[in-house]
Amino acid sequence: MAATYQIAVIGDWESVMGFRALGLDTYPVTSADEARERVRELAKTDCAVIYLTETLAKDMGDTLSRYKDELRPAIILIPGREGSLGIGKRDIQRAIERAVGADIL
Amino acid sequence: MANITVTPTRMELTRLKGKLKTARRGHKLLKDKRDGLMKEFLETVREVRALRAEVEEELMRVHRSFTVASAIMSSEALEQALILPKQSVELTMTMQNIMSVNVPVYAYQTKTQSASDIYPYGFAATSGELDTAVSALGGVFEKMLKLAQIEKSAQLMAEEIEKTRRRVNALEYVVIPQTEENIRYITMKLDENDRSTTTRLMKVKDMLLKEALEEKREMTAKAVASSDGAATMA
Repeated sequence: MAATYQIAVIGDWESVMGFRALGLDTYPVTSADEARERVRELAKTDCAVIYLTETLAKDMGDTLSRYKDELRPAIILIPGREGSLGIGKRDIQRAIERAVGADIL
Repeated sequence: MANITVTPTRMELTRLKGKLKTARRGHKLLKDKRDGLMKEFLETVREVRALRAEVEEELMRVHRSFTVASAIMSSEALEQALILPKQSVELTMTMQNIMSVNVPVYAYQTKTQSASDIYPYGFAATSGELDTAVSALGGVFEKMLKLAQIEKSAQLMAEEIEKTRRRVNALEYVVIPQTEENIRYITMKLDENDRSTTTRLMKVKDMLLKEALEEKREMTAKAVASSDGAATMA
């Protein structure tokens, strides 16, 4: 089942414009609500990977946890223009805690 | 805790013994699965951490060069330069099965083959900083895709490990002890039944013996009495 899928990038305009040149689908948004709506729409289409800036992701915990256990789409956090907020790293930590039952690393 | 509603019959005992055997085997299998997944998971997580740190750092560098580019060019010109992409990426997703967890494997194909052919704008109206930024971003992209793949795998594995761990614990601390308790209860009840049957039989035998003895004694007494009577008559 090797169908072709899309890769989307959601974030503020400055953070996503570069990805446009690479041929990814970019969706500049201004608020977390808008981003949430966009993620929901993209999840219904043939979008396999969504890159989301951490700046937006910090207010979207509910949406992120909803798609966490789904195979598609994979929502991957990337640092936005303002720099890394450490949310992506914290998510890894949380996954470990979930699997092991304790923070071991 | 013993389940009170269990019926103490031989059939139930056989059923429970079968159940216990299955539970033990399931417990062992699930435990193996959990350990195997855990090993795989920790390896993946280690990889994710390293790659994420790398990607974040490189992306920050890219952002910086974009900032420089946008400082040199007007934002309209920048937008115009990037609005119509020349490159397009097609992602293909296949599945890989790691210890019964389906994880995605991504592969991508670009429309233009050469990495130097991705600039969607003319060089006349743009600054060289933009070229640097775009080509740097192109360099990060492959790592970003790899990150997406292993991070998603880690998330899916974490979920499966959590589920498996719960099952292992449920079997180990609830199902198996409860079944054992029930088996003990039935065995004891059946033994008790056996003993009470034996005692009852012994008691009945005693009573019968006593009755028979009494009857015999009566008969002898009668016989003695009649023979005595006969003797006095004579």
